[in-house]
Amino acid sequence: MTDQAPGAVVGVDVGGTFTDLVELDQATGRVRLAKVASTLDNQAFGVLNALTAAQVDLAALDLIVHGTTTTTNAVLERKLSKTGLITTQGFRDVLEVGRRTRPQPYGMKGEFTPLIPRNLRLDVPERIDATGAVVTPLDEEAVRKAGQELIDAGCEAVVVHFLHSYANPDHEQRAAEILAGIWPNSHITMGHALLSESREFERGVTAAVNASVQPLLDRYMQRLTDELDAGGYKGDVLVMNGNGGMVSSRRVAIEAAKTVMSGPASGVMAAAYTGRKAGLENLITYDMGGTSTDVALIRDAEPTVSNEIEIEYAMPIHVPMVDVRTVGAGGGSVAKVTPAGLLEVGPESAGAAPGPICYGRGGTEPTISDANMVLGRLDPSRLNAVEGGVSLNQIRDVFASDLGQALDLDATQAAAAVIRIANMKMAGAIRMVSISLGADPRDFALFAFGGAGPLHACALARELGIPRVMVPPRPGITNAIGCVVADLRHDFVQTLNVPLDALEPGRLADVFAAQAAEGEALIAKENIEVRGLRKVYSVDMQFIGQTHLLRVRLERPDIDPATLRTLFEEAYFNRFRVELADIRANVVNANCSVIGTRAELDLSSLIDPPERRATIEDAVMTRRKVYFDAWHNTPVYWRDHLPAQFEITGPAIIQQMDTTVLIEPGDRAVSDEQGNILVKIGGAA
Amino acid sequence: MTLDAITLSVIQAGLQQVCDEMDLSFSRAAFSPVIAEANDRSDGIYAADDGALIAQGAGGLPVFVGTMQYSTRTLVQMIRDGQVATPEPGDIYIVNDPYLGGTHLMDVRFAMPFYRNGEIFCWLSNTGHWPDTGGSVPGGFSASATAVEQEGLRLPPVRLFKQGKLDSEIYSIITSNIRVADQRIGDVKAQAAALLVGEQRLGELLDRYGDDIVTEAIDELRSRAAIQMTSFVREIPEGTYHSKAWIDSDGVVNEPLEICLAVTRTGDRLIFDFSGSSAPCAGPMNSVQATTYSSVYLAMRHIFPEVPMSAGAFEPLEITGIEGTFLDAQYPRPVSGCAAEVSQRIAEAVFAALVAPLPDRVTAAPAGTSGNFALGGHDPDRGRDFVMYQISGGGYGGNADHDGLANGCSTIGISKAPPVEIMEQAFPVLYHRYGLHEGSGGAGLHRGGFGLDYEVELRRGAARASFVMDHGRFGPQGVLGGQDGTVNKVTVWRGEEAYVPEHLSKEQDIPLAPGDRVHVRTPGGGGYGDPFQRPADAVLTDVVLGRYTVEQAADLFGVVLTGSPMQVDAAATADLRRT
Repeated sequence: MTDQAPGAVVGVDVGGTFTDLVELDQATGRVRLAKVASTLDNQAFGVLNALTAAQVDLAALDLIVHGTTTTTNAVLERKLSKTGLITTQGFRDVLEVGRRTRPQPYGMKGEFTPLIPRNLRLDVPERIDATGAVVTPLDEEAVRKAGQELIDAGCEAVVVHFLHSYANPDHEQRAAEILAGIWPNSHITMGHALLSESREFERGVTAAVNASVQPLLDRYMQRLTDELDAGGYKGDVLVMNGNGGMVSSRRVAIEAAKTVMSGPASGVMAAAYTGRKAGLENLITYDMGGTSTDVALIRDAEPTVSNEIEIEYAMPIHVPMVDVRTVGAGGGSVAKVTPAGLLEVGPESAGAAPGPICYGRGGTEPTISDANMVLGRLDPSRLNAVEGGVSLNQIRDVFASDLGQALDLDATQAAAAVIRIANMKMAGAIRMVSISLGADPRDFALFAFGGAGPLHACALARELGIPRVMVPPRPGITNAIGCVVADLRHDFVQTLNVPLDALEPGRLADVFAAQAAEGEALIAKENIEVRGLRKVYSVDMQFIGQTHLLRVRLERPDIDPATLRTLFEEAYFNRFRVELADIRANVVNANCSVIGTRAELDLSSLIDPPERRATIEDAVMTRRKVYFDAWHNTPVYWRDHLPAQFEITGPAIIQQMDTTVLIEPGDRAVSDEQGNILVKIGGAA
Repeated sequence: MTLDAITLSVIQAGLQQVCDEMDLSFSRAAFSPVIAEANDRSDGIYAADDGALIAQGAGGLPVFVGTMQYSTRTLVQMIRDGQVATPEPGDIYIVNDPYLGGTHLMDVRFAMPFYRNGEIFCWLSNTGHWPDTGGSVPGGFSASATAVEQEGLRLPPVRLFKQGKLDSEIYSIITSNIRVADQRIGDVKAQAAALLVGEQRLGELLDRYGDDIVTEAIDELRSRAAIQMTSFVREIPEGTYHSKAWIDSDGVVNEPLEICLAVTRTGDRLIFDFSGSSAPCAGPMNSVQATTYSSVYLAMRHIFPEVPMSAGAFEPLEITGIEGTFLDAQYPRPVSGCAAEVSQRIAEAVFAALVAPLPDRVTAAPAGTSGNFALGGHDPDRGRDFVMYQISGGGYGGNADHDGLANGCSTIGISKAPPVEIMEQAFPVLYHRYGLHEGSGGAGLHRGGFGLDYEVELRRGAARASFVMDHGRFGPQGVLGGQDGTVNKVTVWRGEEAYVPEHLSKEQDIPLAPGDRVHVRTPGGGGYGDPFQRPADAVLTDVVLGRYTVEQAADLFGVVLTGSPMQVDAAATADLRRT
C-alpha cells in the first residue's frame, strides 16, 4: 500500500461542552467538520449528532477514532460504578489515609472523598513481604465470603489489591480466580495488572479508578457501537488513551483507567503531528479555553509522557499519560483589586456558568475574556448574538468601576492591565512547566490552540523569548484531529533499580527486546493496519541517594554502560549545571514505547481550498479599532478566505469559526504549505 | 509614587517567579529525600540592609515563612559588627546556628550577596533540611538531649564558597562530623545551584525593568503588603482573646509545658503576648525566637492564605512576652523539637485564640504533631546498620464549612508520608496495620478528622525505638462547644508485655527484639460546634463506615441507632439530646 490511507477516517472528540468531528477522505481530499453540543449523559448521542451534522456516510466509512471524557468526568465528579475492594488484612484504609498531605499549603481546611467508601473495603488474611515471600497464606474462604458480601451490597466491579503484589502477584491472581467463579460479570481488576510498581496508595488508586469506571466505559462502548452498527457502519472503532495512542473499542474497557485524560492528550498528539509535518519538532502546546489553560511539551516530535500524573488532589493515576499541565483558569479567570491596591487575575474563575460577563449568562465579574472584548480583540458584534443581551458599554462600566476606580485607570486601560498581568502570570506558569521538564522555552515554538490560545500566544511568546508561534488550520477542533492522526501505542516500564556499574552487559538490551516483543504482539492483536513499527527507548536514572529521576533518551537499545554514564552526566549537567563525578549512578527504569504508525494524512485541505481568495485584500472582512499600546485601526481577515500564500504584518486579526488569532504590532504572520499560520515574534523579551 | 499599580503587579509576579524557580531547582537536584520529596526547604530574596523578606518561593515549607528573614538579618548585622568576614562576589555563607535566626540544627541556611554595579543589592538565601548534622542520634531528633552540643554540629556563618569555589577545608570539617557524609556534596551543590539560578533570573529582571524601578517597587510592595494585612486584622473585633496550649513534656522532665497567649486587636495592630508561658525547659522542647515568630506568621497565613509573602505583611503583627520563656531559648538550651512540635503548638494557640472572633476562617485544633517515630538498629541479613523514620499525620479540626480532614500532614509541613511498601523494602520491618484511628475525631457539629493507626513489627536483628510526638496528654482542642480530639497513643509490645512510655509521646532508645511491635495511634482533630447539633444522618453514616461505634454515637453525639440495616431512632435521639 502507499502512504495514503485508503478511505475515509473520522476523528470525533467529546469535550465538556462540544463534540467535535473531522472526517478526512484521503481518496477524494474531502474534509468535513462538525461541532455540536456534547450530550454528557450518553455521549453516543452527541457523536451521532456530529456524524449527522457532517453528513458522514457511515456505510462508506473505514475507521472511527474516538476520544471520550466518559471516564475523566466519572472520576472528577465521582459518578462511579459501585465498586468494592478486597485487600490485605489491616490495610482497608489505604485509599482513604493516602500519603498524608492537605489540598493547599496554607489553610487547614479541605476535604477528600475516597473512590470506594469504607463499608465496601473489606480485608482478608494474607500477606506477602517486600521480597515476594509469603508471610501469611491467602485465606481463600475469606475471599469468597468477602466477594459474596460485595455482590450482596450491589457492587458492579471489584478490586483485589494486596501489598507487594508487584513482587509476587500469586495471591492477587488466586483471589481473582476465586472471584471470577462468583462475580456476575468480568469487572475484576487486580492491583498489579495496570501498574506493577511499589507504592500501595498510587497502585491502589489506579486500580480503583480502573474498576470503578470499567462498567461505565464498557456500557458506553456497547451503546455506541450498537448505534453505529444500526447506522450501517462496518468499520472499526478505536478509542484514544491518555498516552496519546489508541486501542480498539473491544479491548479498551479492560484497562479503562488509561482513557482518563485522553482528550487533552489527543490535542497534544495533533500538535506533534502538525509540527512534524511543518518541520517544527520542538513545541510548547498552549491550549486556552473558557475554563482552563493546558500546557505540554513536545521534544523531537514526541510529547512528554509521565507515569506519575495526579489528576486532582490525592488522585494519582500511575499509567503512562501525556504530561499535560493545567496552568490557569482560562478566559473565565476573574480580575480584582486586592486590599493592597494591586491588580490580580485568577485563580478565581467565573467558570462556564455564569461565565464571563460577555457570555450574557448573568456573569458580573470582569474576566480575561471580557478584557479582550473591551479591547476590541474579540468581535464586539458577537454580543448581539448573546441571549442575555449584554452591551459593550455595560462591560466597560464594570472595568471602570470594579477595577479602574481603585487603580486610577479608565476602562480601556484597566482591560489592558488585566491582559498584561494575565499574560505575565501565564508566561510564568509556562516557564515553570518548561524548566521543570528540563527545557528552556526559548528553544521551542509555541503551538496555540483552543478557543482563546491564539488570542494570547504572540504576547506570551514575546514574554517567554519564544521566537515563533504556530496556529494550526482548525485550532478549535485540535483534539478531534488528534484522534485522526494518532498512532497505536503501548508503553512499558520495567523497574531495574541497579547501580550502573553493576548492570550486566546486555541486560538493558534484553529488557528492551522483551518490551518490544510484547508491544508488537499487542499491536498485531488490534487488527488495524499499520504502516510501520517504531520503538522509543529511554532509561530513568539518578545518582545513588537521590529520589528524583532523570529520563535519558536512547537512540538504540544496545548501549554500553560507559556511554550511558556519559549521556546521563550530560543530561544532568544540562538540567542542573551540577557535575557529580564521584557519585555512582543508578539505572532505575527501562522504558520502551512501541508505536504502530498509521498512514500519513494530508491536513492541508482542513481549510477548504475553493474558499480561498486570490489576494489578501479580498480576505479582509472588516476593520475595527483594537487596543494594543494605543488604539489601532486593525484589519480583520476571515481565515478561510486567506490565499494559500500570504504574509501579514501586525497589527491584524484573523478570525475564524472557532477562534481568533491576534497578530500584534511588530509581529509577522505567514502561511505554510500545510495551512498553518506561523508568526514570527518581533523583539522578543 | 511614580510607579503605577500595574508595573508593581508585574514586578511582584517577576520576583515571585525568581523564588519559585529557585525552589524548583533546589528540590529537583537535591539528594536528601527530606528536601527532594518532602520539600523541607525554602528559597527567597532578602533586603541588603536589614534582611527583610522581599519575596519567598510559594512552595517553601510553611515553618520557614518567617525564619529566613531573621537568619539573613542576623548575618547582615554580624558582618556589619565585624563578627563575620565581609563578603566578596561569588561567596556563599553557610549557617545552622539555631540562636542566630534559625530553627533546629538540621535546617542549614545558605546566603549569597547579590551584587549590582559592585554594591550588594540584596541577599539570596535558602534553607534545606539535611538528613543529619551529627549529634547523639542519627537525624538529630533526640527526645532527651539537654544541651545543643548533643544535637549536632553547630555552624556559625562562614563562607563555604569563596568567589564561587567550595572551600574544601571547611567542607571537610563538616563531613567529618555528620553521618552519610558522602552524599551531602549533592545537596550542597543543589543548594548553591539554586542560589545561582536566582542570581541569573533576578539579574534578568533588573536588566529588563531597571534597578531604580525595581527598588522602588520593592519598597512599595512592602508597604502595600502591610496595608493588606491590616485589612485582615480589621476583620477581628477590637479586644483581647485568650488561649492556652500544652506540650506533654520536654522529654526529660515529665511535666507539661504551657503556652499562654493573649491576642489583642487594637487599631491596625494585632499583638500576640506570650507572657506567662513556661520557663525554658531541660529537654529539647524549646523554641528559639525566629521559630516562635515564624509560627505566629504561619498560623496567620493558614487563617488568611491570601497574605503575600513579604516583610510588610508581618508589620501589623507584634509579638511580645517571650523573654524568659521556653519560646525564646538561649544557648545552650536544646531545641530539636522547636520546628517539628513547639511551632505547631504555638500555631494551635493562635487558632484557639482567634476562632471566637473569626469563626468562619479558623478551624478547631489539628493533630499538630509531626509524629516522629525513629527506629535505629542492625539488619543482619544486609550486614549493616539502619535508621528508619515514620513521620505521620493526624486529623484536622472541624470548621465552619465541613468536618476535618483525616490524616492531614503537620501544620508546619506539606509533605507526603512514605508508602508502607517502600519502608518494608528498605528496613527489616513488617506493618500489620495502617489505617484510620477509629473514634478519634473530636465530636462536634462538624467533627474532627481521624488520626492514623499503625502497628509495625521488627522482623530481625535488634533495634531501638525513639518517639518525638505530642498531644499524648491533651487532645487537640475542640472549639465552640466541640470536643477535643483523641490523644496520641504509643504502645510498645515486647513479647506479650505492653510498654507505654513514661512521657506518653516521647522516649529515646526503647530496645526491641525480633517480633516486638510498635503500635501508634495519632490524634484526631478537635470538633467544631455542638455535637448534639450534628445531623443524625451524618452520625449514622459515620457509624455505617465504622468510624465510630453505636455507643459513641449515643455518648458523643446523642444519636440512637438501631436495627439492621441500621437506622436512626428519631424519638430516642430527640430524648437523649434533650437531656
